[in-house]
Amino acid sequence: MFYRESGTYKTTYAADMALFPLPITKVAVAFWLVLFTVIAPLTLHDYYLSIINLVLIAVVGALGLNILVGYTGQISVGHAAFMSVGAYTAANLVVHFGLPFWITLPAGGLMAAIIGAIVGIPSLRIKGLYLAIATLAGQLIIEWVINHTPAISGGAQASIPVPRPTAFGIELKTQGQLYFFLLFFAVLAIVATFNIVRSRIGRAFVAIRDQDIAAEIIGINIYRYKLLAFAISSFYAGVCGVLYTYYLGIANYEQFQIVVSIDYLAMIIIGGLGSVLGSVLGAAFVTMLPIVIRWIMESFGTLFFSAADLPAVISSLRLIIFGALIIVFLVLEPEGLNRLWRNIRNYFRTWPFSY
Amino acid sequence: MKAASRRWLGAAVTAGAVATGALIAAAQTKELVFGLHCDRTGATQTVGVFLCPGYHDYIALVNKKGGVEGFNIRVLEIDNEYKVPPAVEAHERFKKEGAVLTGLYGTPQTAALTKKLEEDKILGTSPGFGTAAGADGKRFPYTFPIAASYWSQGAAAVDFAKKQLGGSLKGKKIAYLYYDNPAGKEPLVILEDLAKMEGFEMRTFAVPAPGVEMGAQVLDITGRFKPDFVITHLFGRSPSVSIKELKGKGFPLSKVVALVWGASEADVKAAGGWGAAEGYHAMQFAGVGGDFDVLKDIVAMYKADNKPAPAAMETSVFYNRGVMVAALHVEAARNAIKAKGGAKPTSEDVKKGMESVKGFTLGGLVPPMAITPEDHEGGGWVQIWSRPTGM
Repeated sequence: MFYRESGTYKTTYAADMALFPLPITKVAVAFWLVLFTVIAPLTLHDYYLSIINLVLIAVVGALGLNILVGYTGQISVGHAAFMSVGAYTAANLVVHFGLPFWITLPAGGLMAAIIGAIVGIPSLRIKGLYLAIATLAGQLIIEWVINHTPAISGGAQASIPVPRPTAFGIELKTQGQLYFFLLFFAVLAIVATFNIVRSRIGRAFVAIRDQDIAAEIIGINIYRYKLLAFAISSFYAGVCGVLYTYYLGIANYEQFQIVVSIDYLAMIIIGGLGSVLGSVLGAAFVTMLPIVIRWIMESFGTLFFSAADLPAVISSLRLIIFGALIIVFLVLEPEGLNRLWRNIRNYFRTWPFSY
Repeated sequence: MKAASRRWLGAAVTAGAVATGALIAAAQTKELVFGLHCDRTGATQTVGVFLCPGYHDYIALVNKKGGVEGFNIRVLEIDNEYKVPPAVEAHERFKKEGAVLTGLYGTPQTAALTKKLEEDKILGTSPGFGTAAGADGKRFPYTFPIAASYWSQGAAAVDFAKKQLGGSLKGKKIAYLYYDNPAGKEPLVILEDLAKMEGFEMRTFAVPAPGVEMGAQVLDITGRFKPDFVITHLFGRSPSVSIKELKGKGFPLSKVVALVWGASEADVKAAGGWGAAEGYHAMQFAGVGGDFDVLKDIVAMYKADNKPAPAAMETSVFYNRGVMVAALHVEAARNAIKAKGGAKPTSEDVKKGMESVKGFTLGGLVPPMAITPEDHEGGGWVQIWSRPTGM
């Protein structure tokens, strides 16, 4: 990504759709891979890895929501509920059948995909705010069902403790081990999303988003693709929920309430609707911004406030700054961090001969 | 311009000097780090804004008196907004800073961190949240409810109802009005068992989130079920609504008892003030009011700095709980240091120290609990406080 091209020379569709648009892209990808698989785990303290771990989990969820909202244009405020479906599916499979993560993870995703497709059925008839309300109902119904079905929730506490995942005979429990576990699936999710959106399915999604009647006229089966979008999006959410379950060692539906759905919507709106990089940037931004604000406040807050008042001030100011920054970002660049990054890149693309 | 820059330079030099001074001080004095999860801005901020200052004030008092066995205590507070990812981050931060113990906050957060605490061998206290099973020190070695669990509270509520209704519950009717989440449902098993043992009829009335609308449930209780006693288990804003609704429908509040999150001063005020809550009963796991020596010491400490008593003290129910949690943390650290003969304890030593807390009451603010390696609840003590009628 730290490279620039001097113009647009693509002459075929195949070149336009290529996963690596320029040879140098491969170098950039290799750079990021080395940074995240070798340099980061070797140099960073467990604490910083734990923050990256939270981001990686959020990346998977944000990618899924972006496929639905950003690419297909169907709003959903029930994303967190699909995560809980994945989480409880995996937890029950682990606890009752002792299955390893490479079975429970796709199983959790598939179950979420099925439930997601069912919740997505109203999207065939309604759009926009009405669909938002329908998916909101989905969120609340799923929460209620889990809370009131001991067979799913495992009892009044609605939490199921899950043992740590094992890979190659090693129990993954330290932040460093879990980092690789989560990184693998986050990268898989990113690559899969790239491939979905540049394929026939992805273009069908975009066509539906831009004008669904036109999409139908050119031969896209809207019913099928809308439900497919819900299913794929929920699959990601389910996997995200399973990753959460393994990361925390417990499935608990209170971690997947409506606020979390809103958080994920915030991630993709801030990051950039309809972009893979935007999902990643948005997930990192929303997860890390409060932490960064707190670091700054802890370091410099005592210059302005007394040490006794500082905890209360930090909590409140963090919310204020967080909200203000989101507004500032969206006013500066309504299309999100992804667009901001592209603007910077495009500026340098022809720099210094910009005319 | 010149003057301004010189002033800035001066400030920078001073700040640098202060910073190095602090570094030297930290290196010289013996220091223990306590990690505190807190919620000052999230879903349960009505609790956090009072509880956390109580915690800090008690620790400040201990530090002012020379620390615990010569160790200064540094509290690291992180606001988790009642969300799980920030709580995970907070725990890792506490671990990085070398915290010897942590104070958890919130039921989902407690659930999410139970495993981490065990793996990292750092104890976490969860007074009033988390699972009741967490009291089992054999199964959950590093979680300490250190207060009556919802099971104990449910049992205490039935016991109280029994005494109020003349010693027998046979053939009586009890309504259980609860917040429809895992914490709200937790006492149900105990209540159902007790209903069979004591021979009373129990019916449950769930209040869905966010719990500020319960007209239908209360009408069902007062108009149709007509119970002899009502047990409420509500959180956040909903206790005040329940007081208002029950009173509005003409149910005598003297036949109502709330579990521990149902009666802060703020709830009573929101319900219409002390006059409106006449007769209301509520359970507490820490002392209520300002009439404790330790609280007077805190006020005196503020006075010595020419500051008014902290505003958070007015909601003594939550403030005192913060003091209680801090006091138990300090006591655990004290036991650990004593056991090590004055050396700096590890988090595992502090866990053993917490398990040997016994007969520590802080002048009545803390119930006389005895925490053991098996019983992390400390016996499950509650007090029932009432707003007397005719005052």
